[in-house]
Order: sequence, then structure tokens, then C-alpha cells
Amino acid sequence: MTKKTAFSYGINLLAVLILFFVLLLLNQQGIVNKYVLGIMTLICINIILAVSLNVTTGCLGQIALGHAGFMSAGAYTAAIFTQAGVIPGVGGYFAGLLLGGLVAAIIGIIIGLPALRLRGDYLAIITLAFGEIIRVIIENMTITGGAQGLKGIKKLSAMGVSLFGMNEDFSAFAIVFFLMVISVVVMYTMMVSRHGRAILAIREDDIASEAAGVNNTYYRTLAFTISAFFAGIAGGMYAHYIGILGAKSFDFNKSIEILITVVLGGLGSFTGSVVSAIALTSLPELLRQFSDYRMLVYSIVLILVMIFKPSGLMGTKEFSLTRLFGGRKNKSSQKGSDTQ
Amino acid sequence: MSEQTKNVPVLEADHLGISFGGLKAVSDFNMTLGKNELVGLIGPNGAGKTTVFNLLTGVYAPTEGLLTINGVPAHGKNTDQIVRMGVARTFQNIRLFKNLTVLDNVLVACSLSMHYSMLEAAFRLPRYWKEEKKARSKAMELLKVFHLEDCADWKADNLPYGKQRKLEIARAMATNPSLLLLDEPAAGMNPTETQELMDTIRLLREKFDITILLIEHDMNLVLGICEKIYVLDYGKLIACGDPQTVINDPKVITAYLGAEEEGGETK
Amino acid sequence: MDALLQFLRQLINGLQSGSIYALVALGYTMVYGIVKLINFAHGDIIMIGAYCALFFITLLSGAGLPVWLCVIPAMVFCALLGMLCERVAYRPLRHSPRISSLITAIGISLLLQNGAQLIFSPNPQSVPKIFSAEALTFGSFSISLGAIITIVVSIAIMAGLQTFVKGTRMGKAMRAVSEDDGASKLVGINVNSTIQLTFAIGSALAAIGSVLYISAYPQVQPTMGSLLGLKAFVAAVLGGIGIIPGAMIGGLIMGIFESLTKAYISSQLSDAVVFGILIIVLLVKPSGILGKNTKEKV
Repeated sequence: MTKKTAFSYGINLLAVLILFFVLLLLNQQGIVNKYVLGIMTLICINIILAVSLNVTTGCLGQIALGHAGFMSAGAYTAAIFTQAGVIPGVGGYFAGLLLGGLVAAIIGIIIGLPALRLRGDYLAIITLAFGEIIRVIIENMTITGGAQGLKGIKKLSAMGVSLFGMNEDFSAFAIVFFLMVISVVVMYTMMVSRHGRAILAIREDDIASEAAGVNNTYYRTLAFTISAFFAGIAGGMYAHYIGILGAKSFDFNKSIEILITVVLGGLGSFTGSVVSAIALTSLPELLRQFSDYRMLVYSIVLILVMIFKPSGLMGTKEFSLTRLFGGRKNKSSQKGSDTQ
Repeated sequence: MSEQTKNVPVLEADHLGISFGGLKAVSDFNMTLGKNELVGLIGPNGAGKTTVFNLLTGVYAPTEGLLTINGVPAHGKNTDQIVRMGVARTFQNIRLFKNLTVLDNVLVACSLSMHYSMLEAAFRLPRYWKEEKKARSKAMELLKVFHLEDCADWKADNLPYGKQRKLEIARAMATNPSLLLLDEPAAGMNPTETQELMDTIRLLREKFDITILLIEHDMNLVLGICEKIYVLDYGKLIACGDPQTVINDPKVITAYLGAEEEGGETK
Repeated sequence: MDALLQFLRQLINGLQSGSIYALVALGYTMVYGIVKLINFAHGDIIMIGAYCALFFITLLSGAGLPVWLCVIPAMVFCALLGMLCERVAYRPLRHSPRISSLITAIGISLLLQNGAQLIFSPNPQSVPKIFSAEALTFGSFSISLGAIITIVVSIAIMAGLQTFVKGTRMGKAMRAVSEDDGASKLVGINVNSTIQLTFAIGSALAAIGSVLYISAYPQVQPTMGSLLGLKAFVAAVLGGIGIIPGAMIGGLIMGIFESLTKAYISSQLSDAVVFGILIIVLLVKPSGILGKNTKEKV
């Protein structure tokens, strides 16, 4: 590890901690109340969803329209697991999330292996089809509560967790917050590695990548599976935040919503996805009186962005604290050092 | 390569052929490349030269014949498997990872010799740092060979044309090939650049001890550096041998009829 | 005998909805053929067509004219709407990466759907009868007039379209542009207007499809287009996207499959079956029943 990367790791860790303690302070002052914590929890979940879809759509360069399917697989798995009560309390929550992620990842492999032979539009359509099939299957199973949905999932905030004397609601948020940070960091570090480079190479030119020794099928499936795994985790977190699941909430429109987040943030940009997820989750809450117009505005923004700035908010670039504080000298280090 | 395998040809194509829906694009293609040879593959436009490259690199699976690389059967293998067996290539129309940096372009190909798992990368364990560092210095060394070290952080797309061609060769070299296939490396280059390229190709062969097979229309280049030339016409080999014999071969002259006899075809 | 009659009835049902899928699929296929874009908004154009038709049905029946004439204003309106979408959203992106135009198409689809929700409210509205309830009866077996009209009209349109594309100057221009728009420009074809025409025809066909659809399922709502559009798209892919007779074959197969699934397996699973067909087709022969396989040139 060079000094430069150590510096950037440090500064980013510091930023995350400062953000967390500011929120904690605001919570203790009563400014960040339960309602705001709820929105911030949703923001964290949506960040994981957007960043995970970014792995497939931004890094691998393939549009996937079935992301909500993976999310629902994770959500139902985690919820059913905690309801079964195999491991009680918050341990069960973590185990449930992991299991949800794994189930989603396995479904990702099962879908990905055949589907990823297709490209572009066809892949988009086949993922859409798989996403809808997952939904129909969930609607027709008894273990998932069928069309009525799954009710009475124990919320994380009701699991009686109290970390370092923080209240239950904030402890629950703290868990979600740090899970989000870990997920995003892990996805980022995975993509800035030989594996990630192979995936980017496939996006750039899949014939050349094979000629450079990249096993395209393997890495395509890998990207897709990572994407599915984290979507599953996010789903599990969502299940234990909202407390009730219905297959209808994981339909095509949900997948599109996640895709919009990624596209507006900039395909391939992790920080772009994060910023975009924060904005698109909190804005509708701030503008509640216009909620009827939300999707209308989304669609217009989406079209305008595609026409005038197709690269989205950030392009493929990353917002970097290191660059902000580390002076201009290292500005070429965008990809070389692990900044974020 | 160990002593034992020294006499095994780097590449052996035995009656290789492919047809696309009844049309025989290449047939009965025989070629043996020994260690450290520098060989040219020429032929009129549409003769099937690139198809031969695609057969040798697994882009197309041959419909007939056998392919052996370093003594190991290779027909029907995928491109990435063939790369692992020691055959790297460049493309006629440059194919770079345009939005990646020059260094990353090479690092993608270094991946074959990097050993760390996904989890080691995710949590930045020591082996990640060690292997990345090793690969980075290897990649930088390669870039130096091609005088690209100063643009290591550039986006590949921003390189001038000549350097893009070089980067493509550097990327191919990063897979540690024993055989390098160059598809029209001098296309679009001016005479000075071509001259420079010839020097680089010679240097590559000596420095890395590899075999090179190149497709080229620029006869000055082919005659200048190749020790042996294969001539392809209508998907069939019509001549093979040392440069002087080949260009005086009446069959070759006929095939090139319309172009000048002695390597006039420039493109 | 009853079982056979039942089967025949389902077959006719399937042919009827299949014909509608085919008409809509033609729009997908033509647009895909010429600009290589999956026009996600096509399904929502059907929805707009249905609302437009509903509006004119009220007017026409007030004026004492036959209500099926509503198809004419619906066609005109949809054609204009299709051209507008092309001009405003797709044309600026014609040469950008495919992913951008696909996302734009999704954007247009959302825009139409949510716009319709604001204007017409999300609640379904019912549609008066368009064709009389008469039926052709053969003993105990009968076919409704609506079904016959639907099937005949769509076959006629398909044949007409095929003749148009193969035989006329404009049709040839369309085929030329779909092969290579740059070269078409060089030989003097007005690429922009050819593409506009394609969108116009495709959308007008969607309008016909929508009138036939609401004659069979007399209800309109803002989200009606998405599933119908999706199924029609599956039909287009099934037959081989970009190929006009393929859309017809794909549509009919889809319709029959769907109606047989609903009748004999489970109506809840019928959507899953439709998507299952899509997946199988894409995996086994992505180019569709009539399509040719192409491989990228190295």
C-alpha cells in the first residue's frame, strides 16, 4: 500500500465516520427523528441497489431490467428465514441477509449463464422476462404468502438492538448504514482489481478482451452474480425495514426505478450512483405534495439527460475526496489509486 | 520453455479449414512455425488471411483439420484458452479498451499471471497489493519497450493512431505469448512509422524470444523482416518459402496480377 | 365432441388475440428493423390509441355514425404521436450508444403512461360495444363478428404491408435505410423522412390494434399498454424481429399459446408462460423463427 492510497483510504473512512457522528448528534438533538431515520434507511437500501445494478449496467455495460427480481428473492428469503426463528435476534437478521444475498446470487447464476450469451437489447428483454417470472412465481407460492403478501416480518428496529447506548431506532439505522458502507466499498474494491478490469474490458470490447485472455463468460456471469448478491442483501434489509412484502412492489417498474437511479448518476460511476440514490429517494419525500408528478418528472428528466448528457451526472468518473484535499498533483490517479 | 519441448513447433496447422454455410473460406491450410521465427502471411484482399488468424486464435472453430500449439491440441478451444496456451494477437482494425487508461489496457492482459482471489481484492488483503504491484511494474516495463510509459495514465482513446497500434501490441505481449500474431500492423502508417515498427518487431523477437506471424500488405515491411512467407489466395496456400523464391513464384505473380509484381501493393 | 368444441373456441380466441399481437408486433418489428431500437413506448401508444378511440366513439355514437370509424382519428393521432416521439427523443440519439436510446425509449414509455394517468386518472374506463354482437353459427359452434373482423383485418394489413415494403419506392427506401443509412443518404434517400414514415405506419397499426383490442376487452386504463406491448414484443422476437411475416407468425403463436394456457393450465401462470416462451426462443434461436443468424465480424 503506497502512502497515497493509505491517505485516500484514511480520508474516506474519516468522512464516513464524521457523517455518521453528525447524524448521531442530530438524532440526539431530536432534529433527525424517526421519520427522517426511515428515509435515511431507505436511502441506504437504494444506494446498495443502485451501486449493485451499476456493476452490471455500468461496469459490464449491459442493461438489466430484472433487478427488482433479485431484490425480491433476497427480501423473501431473509424474511422467511427470520420468521422461522432459526437464529434469534439480530444474529438471525445478519444470517438472513447473507442467505438472501446467496439465494439471489444463485438465481443470478442460473439466469446469467444462459442469458448472458445475449447482448444489449436482447439481454435487457430476457432479464425483464426473468424478473417478471420471479414475480409470478412468488405470487403463486404459499411460503411467500402468495398474492396476499408476507406479513408480520420483524422489523430491525424492533429486535431490541441497542449499540453503545444509542436508542433502538438509531441502532437499527446504524446497522443499515454500516452495512451499506461495507457493501459499497466491497463492490468498489472488487471492481478496482484484476476481476473488475476484466469486466470493464468486456464492456469496452468483448472480442479484444477474449484476445487479452479474459474468459468472457466467466466474468460476465461474475459481474451479474455480484450484482444479484448485493441486490438480495438490499432486499433483505428492505424486508426488515418495511415489515411487509408483496410481490407487486418488485415489478418491472421497481427495476426501472433502480435503472433510472444508475443512469442519472452516470453509468459506471459508483459515487454517481450513490449521489443519485440519495437525491432520488429524498426528493420525493421533500416534494410530497407533488407525488402525483414524480414518475412524470422522472421520465422527462431521464429523456433530457439521455439527449443532453447521456453520461449522467458523473459520467464514468468518481467523486474523490483525495483529489479534493490532496491537491491537484495527483489528478491522474483516478483509476490507479483506490480513491473514493 | 523447457529443453524437452525445444524442438516442438510453436504452432502447427494441419489441413485446417473452415466453411461458412457451404462456402469454403479457408481450406487445406498447413503451417508450421518454429521457435523464434518471423513469418509473413500475404495474399490479395479477401484471400482469407484474417480468417486464418481467426482460426488460429479460436475466434472461429475450424470445421476441418487439426491445430496444435506448443505440442498441445488446440482446435475447438476458445480464444481465451488459446491465449493461455501462448498465442496472442492484434486486430486489423485496432481494438483497444478505449475508455480505460493505457496502463489498464495492459493490466487486463496481465491478469493471467496475477494470482489473487476476488475476496482478497474485496478486502484488500496483502496478496492483492503484492500481485498488483508486480503486475504494474511488469506493465510499465512493457510500456517502456513501446515508448508509451509517459502516457500510462491517458485514456487509450486519446492516443494518436500510431501509438494505439503499439499499445495493442503491448497488450498482446502482456499475456506472455510464445507466438504473436500481428494483423496488418503497419496499416495506415507513414514510411517513418513503418520503419520504426519494423525495428520494434525485430526487438520484440529478440528481447522476448517469441515467434511472430504477421499479415501485411506493405511489401517493404514483409520483405524487410520476414524470413519466410506464406501466400494465400482464395483461401488456399499457393506458395511458401523464403521471400525471394516466393515473390518470383509465377503463381504468386498471377494472384497479384493487377498489382505490381514486386510488392507494389500498398494500402 | 364438447372437448373438441371447447378446444376450437380457445383456438379462435387465441387467433383473435394473436392477430392483435401481430398488428402491434408489426410496429416493433418495423421500427427495430430500421433504427435497431426496441421502442418500449410502442405499447403505450396503443394505450393512447385506445383513449383516443374511446373519445371518438362517444362523439360518433352521438352523431349516429358507425362507431368503428373511431379507428381513423385514432390512427391519425397515433401516427402523429409516433412521429413526434421519433423527432423529439429518438432522432437526437440515433448515433449514440444503443443503451442510451433504449433508456430514452423507456423514458418515453413512462412519460406517456404517467401523463395518461394524470389526464385520464388511473382508474379503468369501460368502452361501449364497437362491433355488433352478431355471430356466425355452425350448429353448436359460433364465431363472433369481432373475432372474424380482427383476424381478417390483421391478415389483410400484413399482406398489404408486405407488398408496400417489397413493391413501392417508399418501401424500398425503408429497406435501404435499414441496411445502411449512410449509403441510403448517398443514393438520395431522405433518411429522416423514411424513418418518420416507419414510425407513423407502426403507430397507426398500433391504433388499429388498440381498437380491435378494446372491441374484445372493453376497458381502457393507462397501464394497459405495458403488458400488451410486452407480449407483442415477444411475438416480434419469436417470429424474428425486423421481419414482417415473422411478426404475424409470432403473434398468432403467442395468442394461441396464451389462450390454451389460460384454458387448460392456469390463468395466473399465463404471463409466466408468455415470458417463458420468450426466454426459450432467445436462448435457442435469438434471431427468431424466420430470422437468420449473424455473427459479429472480427
